[in-house]
Amino acid sequence: MNIKELYQEIVLDHGKNPRNKNKCVGFNKDAKGHNPLCGDKVHVYLKLDNNKKVEDISFEGEGCAISMASASIMTETIKGKEFNVAKKILEHFLNMLKEGSKLGINSLSEDENTTMMSLSGVKRFPMRVKCATLAWHTFIHAAEDKNETVNTEK
Amino acid sequence: MDTKVIKSKFPIFKNKINGKPLIYLDSANSSQKPKTVIDRISKFYSKEFSNIGRSVHSLAVTATNRFEETRDLVKKFINAKSTEEIIFTKNATEAINLVASTYGEKFINKGDEILITELEHHANYVPWHFIRQRKGAIIKFAQCNEKGEVDIDEIKKLISNKTKIIAITHLSNVTGAIMPVKKIVDLANKKKIPVLVDGCQGAPHLKIDMQELGCDFYAISCHKMYGPTGVGVLYAKKKWLDVLPPYQGGGGMIEEVKKDQITFPGSPTKYEAGTLQTAEVVGFSESLKFIQDIGIKNIMQHEKEILEYGLNEIKKNNSVRVIGDPKDRGSIISFTIKGIHPHDIATILDEDGVAIRAGHHCCQILHEKMGIAASARASLGVYNSKSDIDALSHAIKKCNKVFNT
Repeated sequence: MNIKELYQEIVLDHGKNPRNKNKCVGFNKDAKGHNPLCGDKVHVYLKLDNNKKVEDISFEGEGCAISMASASIMTETIKGKEFNVAKKILEHFLNMLKEGSKLGINSLSEDENTTMMSLSGVKRFPMRVKCATLAWHTFIHAAEDKNETVNTEK
Repeated sequence: MDTKVIKSKFPIFKNKINGKPLIYLDSANSSQKPKTVIDRISKFYSKEFSNIGRSVHSLAVTATNRFEETRDLVKKFINAKSTEEIIFTKNATEAINLVASTYGEKFINKGDEILITELEHHANYVPWHFIRQRKGAIIKFAQCNEKGEVDIDEIKKLISNKTKIIAITHLSNVTGAIMPVKKIVDLANKKKIPVLVDGCQGAPHLKIDMQELGCDFYAISCHKMYGPTGVGVLYAKKKWLDVLPPYQGGGGMIEEVKKDQITFPGSPTKYEAGTLQTAEVVGFSESLKFIQDIGIKNIMQHEKEILEYGLNEIKKNNSVRVIGDPKDRGSIISFTIKGIHPHDIATILDEDGVAIRAGHHCCQILHEKMGIAASARASLGVYNSKSDIDALSHAIKKCNKVFNT
């Protein structure tokens, strides 16, 4: 096993220079996520339009390269997508992380698929799966107006 | 000290981690166990096991004797005055909770002050927080300075007529700072304030002599002393155990039970409710023998040498920031690497078989004070050598390489 499988170039790039790491203008939903075991924190800001399309999404927070890269990749991937589509993408993403299944989502471009696949190395590091999924679960909470903070240990 | 010989006494080091020899630098979290400890538990279950202190058959007598012999060993090891002052708990956390709960119940009232430090592990803060909530008490935090140590004057400043207990760590599990326990006890004695010492990191690495330290309570974590998990020790001066109420209720801790009245025996029985972790306690006797065979002075000298070498080596890497620089330091090097989160560090190190801890190490207040969310921590045990440090330095360079920093 090579550590480079986990820290692929795309992951390192997103980890070091996260995209959409700010409070997006005009957000109408937000939620916080916390992993109390390691201290990773995210705050996801979401602008959903009337048709439940993700008009804009951003995040703030701090954590390891995996959690930051995953949050960054998430915002890039689901911006402009319908919420239901975004949920499907998450489902595929989770399957990739937990079952090791190949990602091949019709609603994503080849580039988007490749970017998401860059996180597939996490599968071999079970302790790090929560790092990779924190932002995604927080996004769902925001979209579904759940008030409580996402807590990976609850 | 020949660490090869010492490592050979620990079966875990025969294993490969990710195809590499295990470089174990997480002993502050929990130490590894020598074969003698593992074998002792097995022997106890195979040949001597029964519940203790209850039945009169032969096995019960044997098991009780082995258990009480361990209590006597602990008494001698820490130089307590009597075995009545040695209470077995499930861990050091329970030992501190026992004191917070019973002492807090009896002696701490609204507006009274509990004096702790910013260095404390959550185990020496949260139990006092419960008392703060239950009794309306106040917790005062002695500040730690930029070196990651607490100045004695800081403690002196905060002692007031309302101070009901001082609870301090012996050795910080983040900065490695060794607290001047004796001086703090002297200070507290003048005001008749009892002192509790969280000895989780102190007991495995320092000479702990209760008569010399003079503290009222000392909490020990046996699994950090090359012993089994599930065992802690509370040392408490008998004068406290005589007046404090029982902690948990149940079998084994009673004298006489009537429908309208229950009486309790003296210590330690009063504080040991229910069936205890018998085999683990007996196993712990071998941990003490292991430490005594090497000698705590030799252990201290060896660890000091490795610590100094480690600090020196790790500081050669410009991207590394070591947390704290206490004058008196033991067994712990917490650090951050510029641009790399501690969890990523730990994962990359693990690839090389180097086991460290990453996170806040149950010290969120201290990390906040240091302006960081988390740190990486390499902590030493008697089995660590300079080559372990070299492996650590090498693996840290690999982090730089992976992250291009």
